[in-house]
Amino acid sequence: MRALVTGLSTYWGGRVAQALEQRSDVEVVVGVDTRDPRTPLERTEFVRTDSSHSILSRIVRATQVDTIVHTHLVVDSTRATSRTLHEINVIGTMNLLAAAGAPASPVRKVVLKSSGLVYGANKSDPYFFREDMSRTGPANTPVERSLLEVEGFVRDFADDNPHVDVSLLRFANVLGVDIDTPFTAALRRPVVPEILGFDPRLQFIHEDDVVDALMYSINNDIPGVYNVGADGNLPWSEVCAIVGKRRVALPFAFTNLAAEPARLLRLWDLPPEAMQLLRFGRTIDNTRYKHAGFRYSYTTATTIEAFAQALRLAGTIGDSSPSYRYQREVEDFFRHSPAVVRPD
Amino acid sequence: MADGPERAPERALEIAAATHPDVDLTEIDPGIGRDLVPLTRLAPEPAPESRRSDVDRWGRSEHFRALTRRAFDPIYKHWFRVEWEGFEHLPEEGGALLVANHAGAIPPDAPSIMHGIEKDLGRPVYGLAEHLFRTLPVVGTLWSRSGGVTAHPDNAYRLLHDEERLVLVFPEGTKGTGKLYTDRYRLRRFGRGGFVEIAMRAGVPVIPIAVMGAEETMPILFKSPRLAKLLNIPYFPITANMLAFGPAGLVAYLPAKFRIRVLPPVFFDVAPNQERYSRSRVMEESERIRRMVQDALYDMLRRRRSVWFG
Repeated sequence: MRALVTGLSTYWGGRVAQALEQRSDVEVVVGVDTRDPRTPLERTEFVRTDSSHSILSRIVRATQVDTIVHTHLVVDSTRATSRTLHEINVIGTMNLLAAAGAPASPVRKVVLKSSGLVYGANKSDPYFFREDMSRTGPANTPVERSLLEVEGFVRDFADDNPHVDVSLLRFANVLGVDIDTPFTAALRRPVVPEILGFDPRLQFIHEDDVVDALMYSINNDIPGVYNVGADGNLPWSEVCAIVGKRRVALPFAFTNLAAEPARLLRLWDLPPEAMQLLRFGRTIDNTRYKHAGFRYSYTTATTIEAFAQALRLAGTIGDSSPSYRYQREVEDFFRHSPAVVRPD
Repeated sequence: MADGPERAPERALEIAAATHPDVDLTEIDPGIGRDLVPLTRLAPEPAPESRRSDVDRWGRSEHFRALTRRAFDPIYKHWFRVEWEGFEHLPEEGGALLVANHAGAIPPDAPSIMHGIEKDLGRPVYGLAEHLFRTLPVVGTLWSRSGGVTAHPDNAYRLLHDEERLVLVFPEGTKGTGKLYTDRYRLRRFGRGGFVEIAMRAGVPVIPIAVMGAEETMPILFKSPRLAKLLNIPYFPITANMLAFGPAGLVAYLPAKFRIRVLPPVFFDVAPNQERYSRSRVMEESERIRRMVQDALYDMLRRRRSVWFG
């Protein structure tokens, strides 16, 4: 297998590349991103580039990759302006799929990391979203709109290229100490917001399960759309209780306005789509991916428990993850210098 | 997986013993060890699930249910003096869709039916209602904890088919509760027959239930469409209770005698899990069930001597 990982410098891109490196039947791992990788990698070839079509199609042709893992989709709208969001999600995916679908393209498998955000969170939602259900309310936020547009491209691509296995994974909210999402950031604070009178049921997924789920689609030929979220759901009040945080109620009307001071004070930065979750909650039905053979290591409750434990540990000993700084010369030396003895 | 470096079987067994302490390795043929690939990541064992509440995945809490049961029981026993007929028609196990008539400005029929069945049959009942509840702060949460579920076809199907629960639905919806006192006991349209389709798809029977008494607990004398529109609610009633008790009339029920008659289950002779069902058949069944409830109500009303004493 020859694999291309987009978003190599994101948490997920780095983790997937590390997992791919471990596999002896993966000959080549190529990673692209606009920034330097933040995870130590052994044999992944890093190309710093933006996701313009001409460069991507040259990379695909030159490296003859047969598998593309597209982790570079921004689902946390606090990280990017709506313009960059559009640029990365919509334009980036369009260019990537165009490169993968070029005539005589060697690509036979595409795995994408989408999000449960495409379902939204509305009052008339079903309690458990299946893959074939669509959202019940309009997509009001840029991130939701961009992800819906991306999924449209993916559908078209899969229709036009029946010889390519396309797996689209929609993930629930991730909870883990190594990853920053609006929810993990809020749960690290001494007080956590809630909307007065609302106690929605939320579903989470452990970061290891996310990587395992992506790898499962890479390792197996299971094209299709899959929801990936841990079993069960918990009321937000209970999530906060397990993590051991006090809740502060925001008014149920003009909620986003009322949350603005906390945003300015950098206390919490919960985007509108997260506020919507704090009102109505969302659970996605994970049975389809289970029927495809995937096994979760964590349930929603144990995911939260693991997060709480890791937070307690970090509260005692501080940040224990080793820091890593990418240096091109060093990496090139270890990969390509004739002086390095490489076991075959 | 392609061939990795040769591994001695003993090494593989060592790894297996370390990663799977619960497996008895003495029975494993050492030759099998050749196929074992060492784990690249030894994830910390997830902690066992420890919950702080008993809220299930539908939002229902048995603990909260017990509290509301205790609060509602005196009202059920001494205020409404609920009496059941045909209780034996309720199944001890398996999914069933309970279909009842709906009445009263703030309908007391749903809690009465749920309370009686949970108390005497010992099975939880999930009550389907408008998604309006989900948008109400505090009330919506309490409603959900006490077993209310948004009336979405997929929710109903999961409860009936996958979990084999008892599900209570009022096909008249707000058309039933919002009708004037002069229209009492005249059933409204049974929606578009969606409840029949769900029961067919889930392969469960419909159990029609006729409730007598709810109409007189909070009769609507007038309605203000303008206020309803302003407040964005289905109807704004002026009830007899308000005229009698003033502001307390918003929540105070009149002590009408309740009689609840459970009718024999209706089975549909169709295959479950179909994409769609014949519209004419669905409407026919829906109309038949509506007729059954309506006839039962007329029969009960014929026997009733007093609104307050039954």
